[in-house]
Amino acid sequence: MTSVSTSGTFPRPAPRCRGSWLTQFGVVGVAGLLVLAFWGLAAAFGPALLSRSGAAGGGEVFAPMSAAHWLGTDYLGRDMLARVIEGARYTVGVALVATLLASGTGTLLALLAAASGRWTDAALSRGLDTLTAIPGKMLALLMVAGFGSSIGMLVVTAAVIYVPGAYRMARSLAININALDYVTVARTRGEGTLYVMLREILPNIAGPMLADLGLRFVYIVLLLASLSFLGLGVQPPSADWGSLVRENIGALADGGASVVVPSLAIASLTIAVNLVIDNLPGRAARERGAR
Amino acid sequence: MLNRAIVVLLAQRIALAMLSLLAVSVVVFAVTAVLPGDAAQEQLGQEATPEALAALRAQMGLNVPAPERYLRWLAGMFRGELGTSATTQLPVGELIASRLPNSLLLAAVTALFSVPIALTLGISAAVWRGSWFDRVASAGAVAVVSVPEFLVATLAVLVFAVQLRWLPALSYVSDIESLGQMLRAFAMPVLTLCCVIVAQMMRMTRAAVIDQLEAPYIEMVRLKGASPLRMVLAHALPNAVGPIANAVALSLSYLLGGVIIVETIFNYPGIAKLMVDGVSQRDMPLVQACAMLFCAAYLILVTTADVCGIVANPRLRHR
Repeated sequence: MTSVSTSGTFPRPAPRCRGSWLTQFGVVGVAGLLVLAFWGLAAAFGPALLSRSGAAGGGEVFAPMSAAHWLGTDYLGRDMLARVIEGARYTVGVALVATLLASGTGTLLALLAAASGRWTDAALSRGLDTLTAIPGKMLALLMVAGFGSSIGMLVVTAAVIYVPGAYRMARSLAININALDYVTVARTRGEGTLYVMLREILPNIAGPMLADLGLRFVYIVLLLASLSFLGLGVQPPSADWGSLVRENIGALADGGASVVVPSLAIASLTIAVNLVIDNLPGRAARERGAR
Repeated sequence: MLNRAIVVLLAQRIALAMLSLLAVSVVVFAVTAVLPGDAAQEQLGQEATPEALAALRAQMGLNVPAPERYLRWLAGMFRGELGTSATTQLPVGELIASRLPNSLLLAAVTALFSVPIALTLGISAAVWRGSWFDRVASAGAVAVVSVPEFLVATLAVLVFAVQLRWLPALSYVSDIESLGQMLRAFAMPVLTLCCVIVAQMMRMTRAAVIDQLEAPYIEMVRLKGASPLRMVLAHALPNAVGPIANAVALSLSYLLGGVIIVETIFNYPGIAKLMVDGVSQRDMPLVQACAMLFCAAYLILVTTADVCGIVANPRLRHR
C-alpha cells in the first residue's frame, strides 16, 4: 500500500545519528527512549529467545515471583515474563502498523485536499468529520461487531478511527505551506498536483507530523488494550497486554503480579512515548517553522 | 439577553448536530448491516441450500436494496421500533429500557461528584499555578489521562477492595435493599469514572481560568488593590464561565467511553454492558440501537458545550 510506504520513509527519531541526538534529549527523554527501545527489542526478538522456557504452562497457577518465574505465573501456570514479552509483539506491533497506516493515510488525504481544488477539500473534510462524530470506542465496537476482530481487522479499525485526527492536523499544516510563494512558483513552473504534494509540501510538514504520530500511537495502544480487555481485541491463544489483564483478572483479589505487570507494561509504554515527544530536540524550532 | 445573532448561531449549531446524527446513522448502518456481507449466509453457513438461503433472506428483509433497507431502518428508529434482539428474541426497546435507568443513574452520580471536585481542583491549580499543589495535581491528571481506564479501575479495586477492604469489588444492582447497600454497590464504578473525568475536566478548567487570569484586565484589578479572592471570584470567574461550562460538557462526553470499560469490569447492568455483550454475540439490532443512543448522547453533550460557549460569550450578547 502506498500510504504505508510513504510514512515508512519518514526518518524515525531514535536510530539516526544517536550520539548528537541523545545529548539534546535530556535525562527524561533518554529514559523514555530506553523504555521504548526495550519494548521494541522485546517485540522484535523476545519470542525467539524465550521459545524454550516453559511457556507451555502446567505449573502452579498464579505463583508469586520466584527465581524460576521472575514475574510469577498466569491463570494456566504459564510463565508471566514470557507472556508479557509475547504480548509486546501484539501491543507494540499492531499499534505501530495501525499508527503508520492512520498517519500515512491522513497525511496523504490532507496533501490531496490542500493541493487540489476546493471541492475535493470540502468533500474530504466533511466526510472525515462524520467519523469524528462517533466516539472512538463506539466506532471500534461497531467495527468489531461488523467485521470481527482478526489482527488485520484490528489494524484497519484503529487506523480508520484515527485517520480523521491525523488528517485534520496535516491539513492545517499543509494549507499554510500551500499558500507560500515557492509552492506557487512550482505550480507556475507547470508541476503537477502529485509533485506539489510530495516534493513541495510533504517535506515541510513531516516534522510536526512525526510528533503527532507519537501521540496517535499512544491513543491506539490505549484503544487496542481496552478492546482486548473487553475480550473483543486480540483473540486467544494470542494475547496482547490488554488480554493479559483480562485473563488474569482472577489474581486481582490477592494483588498478584500476573495482573499488575501487564498493566504496568502498558503504562510504561504510553508514558515513555509521552516523555520522548515532550523532549523531542528542536521541537519548538520545528513548530515555529510550521506556523 | 438572547439577541438575534445568538439565536441564529444556536440554530446553526443544532441543525449541524442533527445533520451529523443523520450522517452517523448512515455510518452505523453501513458498518453493521451492509459492509459485512450477507447475514443470511453467515447464519446458515456454507452448506445451506439456495432455497433456505432465499427464504431466510426474504424473512430478514435482505432481498431489498441497501438504501431502501436503510430508510426502513431509519423510519423504524424514529417510530421507536428498534427490532428484536437476535440472541434473546426480546424487543430491543425493552432491553434498552430496562438498562437505561441504571446507566443514567451511574452517569448522574458521577457527574454530581466529579464536577465540583474538578472545578475546585482546576480553579485552585490555576490560581496557584507553578506551585507544588499545581504541579502535583497536573502531573496526577496527566498520569490518569495517559493510562487506560481499565488500569485505573484495576488499581482502584486493588487499593479499596483488596488492600483496605472498604468496598465490594463487584456491584449487583439487583440485590439492593437499603441506601447503604446502594452506596456500596455504586462506590467502585463511580470512583473509577470520577478519576478519569476529574482528570480531564481539571486540565480543561485550569487552562480556561489561566487564560482569563493572564488577561490585561486582571492586571488592572490587581493594581487597584483587590484581594486575590475577590480578583478570582468577582472578576475572573464570571468571564471564564463559558469556557468552563464548555470544558464540563466536553469532559462529560468522556463518560461515554469510560462507562463502556467500567460497566464491563464491575459487571454493572447498564446500557454499555448490554452493547458489549451484543457486540461479542454479533447481535446487530441491539448494537445498532445502542450505538445510535450513544452517538446521540455524545452529539448532545458536544453541542451543549458549543451552546454554553456561545451563550456565555459577552461579545455576542451586546452586538
